[in-house]
Amino acid sequence: MKSNFTPEHLKYLRKQKRRTVFVHISQIGVLVALLCLWELAAQLQWIDSFITSSPSRIWNTLAELVQNGTLWHHVWVSTWETVVGFAIGTTLGYCVAVILWWNDFLRRVFEPYVVVLNSLPKIALGPIIIIWAGTGKASIITMAVLISVVITTITILNGFTETSNEKQLLLRSMGANKFQIFTKLVAPSNVPTLMATLKINVGMAWIGSIMGEYLVSKEGLGYLLIYGSQVFRLDLVMTCTIVLCLLAGVMYALVAFLEKIAVKKFDI
Amino acid sequence: MTVLELKNISKVFYSKTQQTVAVSNMSFDVNEGEFVAIIGPSGCGKTTILSLIAGLIAPTEGEIVTQHANAIGYMLQRDQLFEWRTIEKNVCLGLEIKHKLNAQTKEYADELLKKYGLWEFRKRYPQELSGGMRQRAALIRTLATEPDLLLLDEPFSALDFQTRLEVCDDVYSIIRKESKTALLVTHDISEALSLADRVIVLTARPATVLTVHSPGLNGIETPLKRRESPDFSAQFELLHRYLHGEKNEK
Repeated sequence: MKSNFTPEHLKYLRKQKRRTVFVHISQIGVLVALLCLWELAAQLQWIDSFITSSPSRIWNTLAELVQNGTLWHHVWVSTWETVVGFAIGTTLGYCVAVILWWNDFLRRVFEPYVVVLNSLPKIALGPIIIIWAGTGKASIITMAVLISVVITTITILNGFTETSNEKQLLLRSMGANKFQIFTKLVAPSNVPTLMATLKINVGMAWIGSIMGEYLVSKEGLGYLLIYGSQVFRLDLVMTCTIVLCLLAGVMYALVAFLEKIAVKKFDI
Repeated sequence: MTVLELKNISKVFYSKTQQTVAVSNMSFDVNEGEFVAIIGPSGCGKTTILSLIAGLIAPTEGEIVTQHANAIGYMLQRDQLFEWRTIEKNVCLGLEIKHKLNAQTKEYADELLKKYGLWEFRKRYPQELSGGMRQRAALIRTLATEPDLLLLDEPFSALDFQTRLEVCDDVYSIIRKESKTALLVTHDISEALSLADRVIVLTARPATVLTVHSPGLNGIETPLKRRESPDFSAQFELLHRYLHGEKNEK
């Protein structure tokens, strides 16, 4: 392919590539600069590193947590809760959307309930969840599910109802029943919607699991964060925050990768 | 033989604030192998008539007689190809829906693809094809279920003028080669004249048959040549007067 390109075209491509590389370098540069400034400020005692911590102290805390094995345990617990909450929330939300799309009467009946549930701050349900689901993992997963399920239903249902009327008409003229309209048209044409929802739900599930851990848990990164702040170990709090950033980033990247594959196949 | 017969069809739509009579006491028939066009002022309920014939909505009054139930192929405005399916899979959509996809019907679909120049593109996706090819794929999708009657709802309206003339020729010759009966609705007089054996002129809403006109251009084999024939403009003016005169009376 590339051999067909004119020299001007190749020059243009090189220029574009240079720009992209420059953006990446700058992104890393910003991070490095911030870390250096932070460390310098702490070393020179412009800031009180007991309150702000510092990159070197975070690094030491991280090494310590890795060495005594506690980090992996907490990471594993939080990730597991998040992934389970994410999976249940998304599946449940999708199923509810299918039911509400299928039955117009039910959709009209439940629309206001869905809207109210969506605007309700789920953290307000914390006390109820603790009493009903106990103080274990069940509560945390329930929280993650609650946060992701309603937004999933709303987004997916919106996609379903916006499916091309003409294409539905075409299928009906071929004698399609509702099940066929769903499997041949509505579901495949909404794969991009589903992918966008998955991306939103990565964030939602993490909010749910960390909030859940704040409320009840004895383990997990949310617990470690609360514990760190209670004993005033800001090093621990900062370390957990950074680990969380990395975990959420990795999970988001995985979903984005999945989206790339799916959208290639189903883009409209 | 009559493939389709409409007997005193009326259709009323109801809404919260009013009722609208879309079609009133309409009768006409379509014979086997005929190409019939329905023209009428825009918004007069042409699409409603096709929906009634396709059985998507029920008439308020009257009766629609078709030879075989479910033997209708509906071609809508724009091609409505599914972007996530290959051309081959798009063409087989109707067969899949009717649970009729087997070796025999597949072979017929393949044959159509070969005959009409889409065989090399069968593994491609619709966005890789030109507007004209997409329209041809949509026609093959309609033909694959071997309908007795084709319903065409302004199938060329989304195309630019140049492409429209080509696709029009293309679609016409395929329909003739497969000796299908076709019913076209359009607001474009020249399109109706260049394609149809018989033109049914409708009144404004509530739609009813104003007149049935046979342009007498049947001897000329392609739509493009019909457009060039000396009779064409006289026929055009005649039909235009029907439509226009109707408006003036209001």
